[in-house]
Formats: sequence, C-alpha cells, structure tokens
Amino acid sequence: MTDPNALSPLDLETPEKPFLDANELVINMGPQHPATHGVLRVILRLDGEKVLGLECVIGYLHRGVEKIGENRTYAMFNPYVDRMDYVAAVSNGLGYCEAVEKLLNVEAPPRAQYVRVILTELNRLTSHQLWLGTHALDIGAITPLFYTFRDREEILKIFEKYCGARLTTHAFRIGGLQYETYSGFEQEVKNFLNFFRPKIDEYEELLTTNRIWVERTKKVGVISGADCIALGVTGPVLRASGVKWDLRKAQPYSVYSKFDFEIPTGQNGDTYDRYLVRMAEMRQSVRIIEQAVEAIPEGPIMAKVPKVIKPPVGEIYHSIEAPKGELGYFIVSDGSTQPYRVRVRPPSFVNLQALDVMCRGAMVADVVAVIGTLDIVLGEVDR
Amino acid sequence: MGQIIEYIKSYLDSNQTPGAAGNMFWAFVYIVLVFLGLSVAVIAMNWLERKILAHMQVRLGPMRVGPHGLLQPIADAIKLLLKEDIMPAEADPLVFWMAPLLVVLAAFTVFVVVPFGPTHAITDMNIGILFMLGVSSLSVLGVVMAGWASNSHYPLIGALRSSAQMVSYEVAMGLAVVSAILMTSLNAEGTGTLSMIGIVQAQQAQGEWFIFKFFPLGLIAFFIFAVAMVAETNRAPFDLPEAESELTAGFHTEYSGFRWSLFFLAEYSAMIAVSSIAVTLWLGGWLRPFSTWLSGSTWDLFFSLFPGITFLFLAGMCFYSTAHMPKHPYFRIQTVGLAGFGAVLGLIGLLLFFPLVRDRVGDIYWFSVKVAGFMYLYIWYRGTFPRYRFDQLMKVGWKILLPMGLGVLILTASVALLQQKIWHP
Repeated sequence: MTDPNALSPLDLETPEKPFLDANELVINMGPQHPATHGVLRVILRLDGEKVLGLECVIGYLHRGVEKIGENRTYAMFNPYVDRMDYVAAVSNGLGYCEAVEKLLNVEAPPRAQYVRVILTELNRLTSHQLWLGTHALDIGAITPLFYTFRDREEILKIFEKYCGARLTTHAFRIGGLQYETYSGFEQEVKNFLNFFRPKIDEYEELLTTNRIWVERTKKVGVISGADCIALGVTGPVLRASGVKWDLRKAQPYSVYSKFDFEIPTGQNGDTYDRYLVRMAEMRQSVRIIEQAVEAIPEGPIMAKVPKVIKPPVGEIYHSIEAPKGELGYFIVSDGSTQPYRVRVRPPSFVNLQALDVMCRGAMVADVVAVIGTLDIVLGEVDR
Repeated sequence: MGQIIEYIKSYLDSNQTPGAAGNMFWAFVYIVLVFLGLSVAVIAMNWLERKILAHMQVRLGPMRVGPHGLLQPIADAIKLLLKEDIMPAEADPLVFWMAPLLVVLAAFTVFVVVPFGPTHAITDMNIGILFMLGVSSLSVLGVVMAGWASNSHYPLIGALRSSAQMVSYEVAMGLAVVSAILMTSLNAEGTGTLSMIGIVQAQQAQGEWFIFKFFPLGLIAFFIFAVAMVAETNRAPFDLPEAESELTAGFHTEYSGFRWSLFFLAEYSAMIAVSSIAVTLWLGGWLRPFSTWLSGSTWDLFFSLFPGITFLFLAGMCFYSTAHMPKHPYFRIQTVGLAGFGAVLGLIGLLLFFPLVRDRVGDIYWFSVKVAGFMYLYIWYRGTFPRYRFDQLMKVGWKILLPMGLGVLILTASVALLQQKIWHP
C-alpha cells in the first residue's frame, strides 16, 4: 500500500508468504462480531493495530425485498418495507406510502399528514437513541445503552397503543392512515416530550465532555463534505461534514414545510461532530413534534383511494429524510396491481461505502467507532 | 503428640506472622484461610459487580437464582465447571494449558505477603513490596502465552496489547511505589523498609497515612498508582486486551469452561491484590481511620464496634428485603433463605461484639473495608467510562503518568531531605 488514502480497489489476495510473516495481518471482523451491528463482515488488513485497508462483505441478511415487491400488490408490499430498516420502520413506511400516493396522484388528508409527521419524528428519536446506545457501547461506555433503551420504551409504548406493533409498525396506509389516533394521543405525546427533553441532557452529561469519549471520537473517521457527496453519503454523516442538506428542508415532503426547525451541521466531519449533530437532531425532532401535536387538524384520515390500487403506467422516484439519510423509492408501474419494479435507495447501504475511506490509517478500535457512527442497519444494507 | 501441641501453641504467644515465626502449621492454616477468603471475596465481588453495575444502569441485575440473585455466582461456577473443555485444534496444547494456571498462580501467590494485620499475614518478607510487584507482573506472561497459544488473530492482538500495556504502566506504578517507600525512611534511624508490615508500621509511627504525607505529593503518587493499577489489571477504561466490542474477548477468546473461569478468578484476585498494595502503601493498611486525631480508649472502643455494626447492618438489609419479597408461595423458599442469610450475618455481627473477637478482627476489618472501597471504584469506572484507544493508552502511560511519577519522586525526596536536615535536624 503506497498511498493509504488513495481510493483504489483493495488487493486482498495475499501471495504465498512464509510462516511468521510479520508484515500484514488479515482479520475477518464478523459476520458474528459484537460490534458490527448485525451480520456485516469486514475484512481488515492490519499492520499491527493500524488499518491498511478494509473491505465490507455484505449480503448475509439478504431477503430479496425488492423482488418480493414485484410479486405483491401495492398494499401488500407495504409491511415488507418495515423490515428493511427495522429500527426506523415508520420512516420506511412513510417513504413507500408517499411514493405510491405520488404515483396514484392522490394526497393524504392534512390530519393524516400531521399524525404521520409526529410518528415519523418519534421514530427518528428511537433510531437515534438506539444509535447512541450501541455507538457508546462500541466505544466502551456501557451505561448510555440502558438509559436510551429506558426512554425508547416510552416511544414504543405510544406506537404500540397506536397501531399494536412496537418495532415493525406498518403504521401508515397508502392514502393516509388506517387507524384514527386513540383518545389521549396528543396528551401522551406531549407528556413524553416533557419527559424526554431533560433526558437528552442526561445522555450528553455522560458523554459530551467526557475526556475519554472526546479523545476517542475527535479526529476519528474524518470525511470531507466533497467526499461525502462523491460517495453519495447522506444524512447526519453528510451534515456533520458541513453540508447543509436535509430533504425535509431541501425538498419538503408531507407537511414539513409548515414547521419551524433547524438543520444542525458540523464542521470537521469527524465522529464527535456526527455525535453532536445527531444529538442536536433529537432536539429538533422534539421541536417538530411539539409544533405538530399542537396543530393536528380535524378531518378525515384517508384520501379517496380505490380498493384495488392500480396506478397508471409510469415511474416515480420519491425520497424522504430517514434517520440515517436519504431513503428513496423508485417504483415502476405497468398499470397492473403489482409494481413492475421496486428499487430502494437505502441510506445505510450507500453510507457504508464510506467505511473504507474513513478507516484507512486508523486503529482497529476506530473501525468499531466508525461502524457505529455510520449508524448502519444490516437489514437495510442487504434488503 | 504433646510436642506437636506445644509446637502449635508456641506460635500463639509469639507476636509475629507464622512465616516470620517459622511455624509451618500456622502458616498452612493461614494459607488455607487466605485462599478461602479470597475465593469468597471473588464470588462476592462477582455478585456485587453485577448488582452495582445493574443499579447504575437502571436495571435489577440477577434476580432469579436465589433471593436477589445471591446464588447466581454459584450457579455460574457450576455451569463453568460442567462446560465442555474446548481446545482449538491448531492451538499449542502445552502452552494453552499452562497459561491460565500461570495467571492464577501469579494472582494468588502475591497474597503471601499481604498484611491483613500486624500478625495477620502468611509471612513478612523484608522485600515484600518487591515480591508483590514482581510476582503480579508475571501474569502478563500468562496472558501473552494464552494469546500466542490460541493461534488465532483476536487473542494475538489482545495479548500484544496486554503486554505493551502492562509493561508500560508498571514503570509509572513503580515510581509511585518508590516515592511511598521513600517516606518510610523518615524516622530517627533514617532507614526505610520494603516489608509490607513495616510500611504500615512506619505510617503508624509517623502518625500519618502516606496519602496525606507532604500534601499533595502523597496524594499525587497515590493517584498515579490508582490509575496504573486499573491499567495493570486490564479493567475499564483500560480493558483493551479484552475489549469486547473490538476483539470479542481478547486474549481469552478461545478459552471456555474451567480454563476461562481461571482467567476470571485471576482477574478478580489481581484486582484485590493491587488494591491491597494501594491500601498498604497509602491508606494505612490495617490502621483504623483517625487513629491520631480521635485517640484514646473510648475512641478505640468506638471504632472496634464497627465490624459488628457492619454485619448487623447487612443483616438488617437482608431482613428489610425479606419483608419486601413477593408474598406469592413460589417465593417462600427464597424468602426463608434470605431471612436465614440475614440471621447468619446477624449472628456473625453479634459474635464480633465480643471483646476477645473484637480485638482480633479489628485490623482485618479495616483492611478489608479499604480494599472493598477500591473494588467499588473499579465497578464505578466500568459503569462510567468509555474505553481508551491503544495509542491514547500509551500516551497516558508514558507522557503523563511517567513524568508525573518522576516529578513526585524527586519532589518527595527533596522535601524529605529538607525536612530531615533543615526543619527538624
């Protein structure tokens, strides 16, 4: 390896070398490894503790979700998308429903839109909580995990009360919502926000100024904004590199244009900035939910959608800002009840590309930190 | 026969440790007692760590096996003993077999010189502290052997990290220890001592624990040791050799069952051993707190009641929990068991109030309480800190602790010299 920062394909075929060769060590990290967040396999090439290069091997969780989509009706495919990013199932559902609605040329009624925003932002909180807990655990701090899971439980209770499921919620339907909100929904969301606001400070107290945490995350896994754009990296990772790009503001969907919120950005594009950006995003999500829950309009929750959904011939690409980045659905319709092709642009899969760039020249411990900070979900990477 | 009884009895009159008195029988008894006590301490520590860590993390910890999970360590021990003994096919069998034994041996042998009281030690070596540091650093050899013999990548990296870490931190640790030993020579004769008992007696004679000596020099030396000892025992935040999220389990990845439990045992007894060193060198060993400030027979009596009160307090906690156990008949055995445990603790507590017992166990009690304080700190660190990265760990060891240790040593020597020659010639 002449230039460790060069973006060249890795030569992982090691030639025959004598026993006890002290130059390079090739390690398989995963697919069964506590810190690869599922079944990611990373082939590491090490010089002692230093990473010379790495390659991700994915596909251990491949279920052919896109192919399944071609053999299901539009409504039947809706629950499948929850299983991609199972940590943020509501966001997946929102993206899919909106894409099909665009294809059908219908729009969900305002009340449904507001409830959608509330649930999606709550889901962003759960996703970020899970990221924070596991990321801190990877870096060696075990306690934040339990704090975040304690508070995540309160959100899952709201989901459960609303639609019966906690994780893979299938909360939305094409054209609106299936269920009216339960009585006391608004109050419960407000109660949760009041409960949760000081909890973000509690998480930050444990980590933000912790000397070891700062040392472990600052200048680790640095990626520039230009590199992010070149690799297609989106979401908090992109924003932490100084690019102010959030689809909720850049191309507002649903009713996001009606709310007042900011896009937190970082400057250095390192793990610490990504941490700060996500923490700030949680606060912004709280702000959005606060405004939305005050302004839920009365009215129907379902638009006029035919019983059998047969979109006109055509294609659509619709993307939303999922907790992990840009989640896009490209759906081709041939006029039948089943999509001709569903292509998902998952943020985790695209962001994972940056792992090699971010890890070259770093230490083994940094690889774990970077995998954590990319916030990947293997269900979404492999689909 | 009478000769043997005479031999056994003769020790009781001598005011020495059995090793120093040359009495093999009592030395053996003490070895058995220390070994049993250590095993119980490791078992208790296992339970306490889970419980305390759990309560720091808003959960309950073990609750199923026995009341409040009190029997969990025993269940775990049985599980580990009954597990299949796996040795990787590519491993070096002899080295693989020897590594855990060496680690355990090193961890237990150091207790030969740990002074639980002026006479409560297996032996008193005139190079006690050197012996302790030397033998405890042997365990790194076992770790390296384990990593090497496993013939696997993660253990190898873990062993490399471990050897580098333990060797680096021993330097800073040694400097801190030297500055404490220097303080033992501040007497009329001007001769210091390396004997563990001698070090505590020096603190007694000077009427000051070395942590407060030449404030803040003693405190800084103690701080250096307290950091280095965590690194030395591979505990959070310096637990890189077994960093779970990076190296799965580090040097003992390939070990399972009984061999693994030996590593576990060694880790915890090493923690107790280094804490004992810290207690002996800086916290006055077996001496009770405020022995100069609150002196006199009334205060002596007051402090001698502490062991009994502690046990009665523990018994009270058991009874309190008994009253709050679920009332369902399924919990009957557990409730009775907890009450019985409380009763045993209470009886021990009452026994400790008898003057004869009270005077004998006072020193052991204070020593154990101080060590227990360190054990709590270990758990607290684990619940609070993220893990250091390898290069940062080296930076802390060589660039911060080592210069600090050198500075403290030089300053301590200078201040001691000034004190001896100028202030109190």
